[in-house]
Amino acid sequence: MPDVITPQEVYLASFQALKKRLAAKEPGWLQRLRQEAIQAFTELGFPTTRHEEWKYTSVTPIAQTPFQTPWEQKDLSWKPETAALEPWRSLSDVCLVFVNGSFCESLSSFQGLPSGVKAGNLASLLPGSPDGFMEHLARYADHRNHPFIALNTALWQDGAYLWLPKGTVLERPVHLLFISTAKDAPLVSHPRSLVLAERESQATIIESYLGVGEGVCFSNAVTEIVAGENTVLDHYQLQLENERSAHIATLQVYQDRNAHFTSGSVSLGGALVRNEVNAVLDAEGSECVLNGLYLAQGRQHMDNRTSMDHARPHCSSRQHYNGILDGHAAGVFNGRIIVRPDAQKTDAIQKNRNLLLSEEATVNTKPQLEIFANDVRCTHGATVGQIDPEALFYLRSRGIAQQDARNLLIYAFAGDILDRIRPAEVRTRVENALNARLASAPT
Amino acid sequence: MLSVKNLHASIGGREILQGVELEVHAGEVHAIMGPNGSGKSTLAQVLAGRDIYAVTGEVLYDGKDLLAMKPEERAREGIFLAFQYPVEILGVSNMYFLRSALNAIRKHRGLEELDAVDFLGLVDSKMKLLGMDQNFRERPVNAGFSGGEKKRNEIFQMLMLEPRLAILDETDSGLDIDAMKVVADGVNSLRSPGRAIVVVTHYQRLLNYIVPDFVHVQVNGRIVKSGGKELALELEEKGYVGVEEGFAEEAQSTKGSAVECRM
Ligand SMILES: Nc1ncnc2c1ncn2[C@@H]1O[C@H](COP(=O)(O)OP(=O)(O)OP(=O)(O)O)[C@@H](O)[C@H]1O
Ligand SMILES: [Mg+2]
Repeated sequence: MPDVITPQEVYLASFQALKKRLAAKEPGWLQRLRQEAIQAFTELGFPTTRHEEWKYTSVTPIAQTPFQTPWEQKDLSWKPETAALEPWRSLSDVCLVFVNGSFCESLSSFQGLPSGVKAGNLASLLPGSPDGFMEHLARYADHRNHPFIALNTALWQDGAYLWLPKGTVLERPVHLLFISTAKDAPLVSHPRSLVLAERESQATIIESYLGVGEGVCFSNAVTEIVAGENTVLDHYQLQLENERSAHIATLQVYQDRNAHFTSGSVSLGGALVRNEVNAVLDAEGSECVLNGLYLAQGRQHMDNRTSMDHARPHCSSRQHYNGILDGHAAGVFNGRIIVRPDAQKTDAIQKNRNLLLSEEATVNTKPQLEIFANDVRCTHGATVGQIDPEALFYLRSRGIAQQDARNLLIYAFAGDILDRIRPAEVRTRVENALNARLASAPT
Repeated sequence: MLSVKNLHASIGGREILQGVELEVHAGEVHAIMGPNGSGKSTLAQVLAGRDIYAVTGEVLYDGKDLLAMKPEERAREGIFLAFQYPVEILGVSNMYFLRSALNAIRKHRGLEELDAVDFLGLVDSKMKLLGMDQNFRERPVNAGFSGGEKKRNEIFQMLMLEPRLAILDETDSGLDIDAMKVVADGVNSLRSPGRAIVVVTHYQRLLNYIVPDFVHVQVNGRIVKSGGKELALELEEKGYVGVEEGFAEEAQSTKGSAVECRM
């Protein structure tokens, strides 16, 4: 009987190959970290729907696809279609481009970045990393208990770093553009990024994931953000991979005293998408706002999972996620709010609204409140609805075609979240991408 | 222009319109009055294309089968309904909405789309006419509008879209006398030999300002009596009951067959 290779073994083999390649270059602590992570992944394995946290999202398609890592693929001659990238590259003068997890210097630019701010690709910091920076890596995202974070931690090749020294204020956003592209063989990448914002610094960071071409890709991304005292950080996450690809991402945020963190997550692409945003409000006065929009059509599956950990008193959090589901698409929203015993005067609000556009589309929405303090304000609400037929008739009675009227109402529903995207240049691009998606919807 | 013959409409097994007959010619103003629940709004909604009713009968608009047309096609062909209860649409600005509507209609009429400058110029002039505040432009359609503001917004849309057949469903309800005069002036500014207006109202008061050529009384899903503008005064005096009694006699004299309202 021939040996059956389990899905896990594929990744273990990748790990061995990576280990050989990097052994000479990487410092001992990182090698040990990778080893620890692959060990954890081996023990955890791919989650199944029997795991509470993966109840509504089956990762079988990922586990069963023989994804190759980029360095295993023979033909890597990728010519960027700059025309397709241009609208995204032009988003900001500071743009770090990664192709299948590897830094692409020729497409990147650092124009106008104030001196003192350090930004670049994480791999370039090894082995001589600046003091105190790398020690933050893997300190926040839980690779011991989360199989995909474990995989990323073991197998990451590159990603972005951004280090904002005390008091720096970035006028222009920093754009991290991750492109995934594959030919015949399915391809996996594990982008890993780290942002360290020291006290009183301020910046806008955009992470966009773009699919180029029709190949099957799997991005397994982890980003850790350390928001120091009194920082103001805006983070946007745009997911626009092709409809055959898988995307699993964790955004892990750690907030110090009075840190204000806002995130806007927009998911439009991908066959199987799971976005986790975990924030730990670990000092008084910190504030966290998570906004999200997901639009799924056809057979897309989109799972958004948030965890808001109120660890200290006097912190506030706001979550607004809107989902639009058409065709046979499935949406999942799981919003967890933890209020630790110490976290008195917590003020937490969570809202998830869903618009179902077809009979077959489904959504599972679940708030998960774990409150261990008594003097707190915690509210949550979830709704699932359809297009209002009276509104549709009103618009049509003014001469607007049915399809346009419908799109107008869908758009209005999305607008609730789009209006929270502050930089106009980001909002415009997201609006365009959304319009393109709506226009492409089968009717 | 509009010819309604033996129009029936039911919903949930209940027949709300029970054989409406109505003839409207270009240049005319008709008023439809009648007690609450008599189906006036249902008639207006059916004419505008609301598809929740099971409808039978015939409606010709310029000789074309109106019932076969989609709501947007009716609008493009010049039908406009001012809703009794305008719908609130969150997240869509008044201007975006109106510009989409106007351009859809203009396109249908073979006209070019209006550019932003011309459009806003037109908006300003109509808003001024109706004494509307500029901030209406960017507010979401009807959302958070007071009752009166909503009614004014309906008339504003009507002036922008320049329909050939305007149906106003209780546009005067809830308006103070000054607001009503403004609305009436707006409606009268649209009057022309090529256009017709049907106003549904409970109040003779409006008809002092928008003077109708014909007044109809609708009871239980049928037009039971028609006459000139004096009929509205008679209704004001006797109430619908008095008129209904008169109708019962008339109906007897025509041996119970469908009443024809000749105009
Ligand atoms: N969507 C609906 N479903 C069920 N019944 C309805 C519906 N729309 C109207 N009706 C019923 O049909 C009848 C006529 O309603 P309609 O609104 O047309 O009356 P109306 O003459 O406009 O009354 P008013 O003067 O109060 O505006 C009422 O009894 C109403 O309850
Ligand atoms: Mg009515």
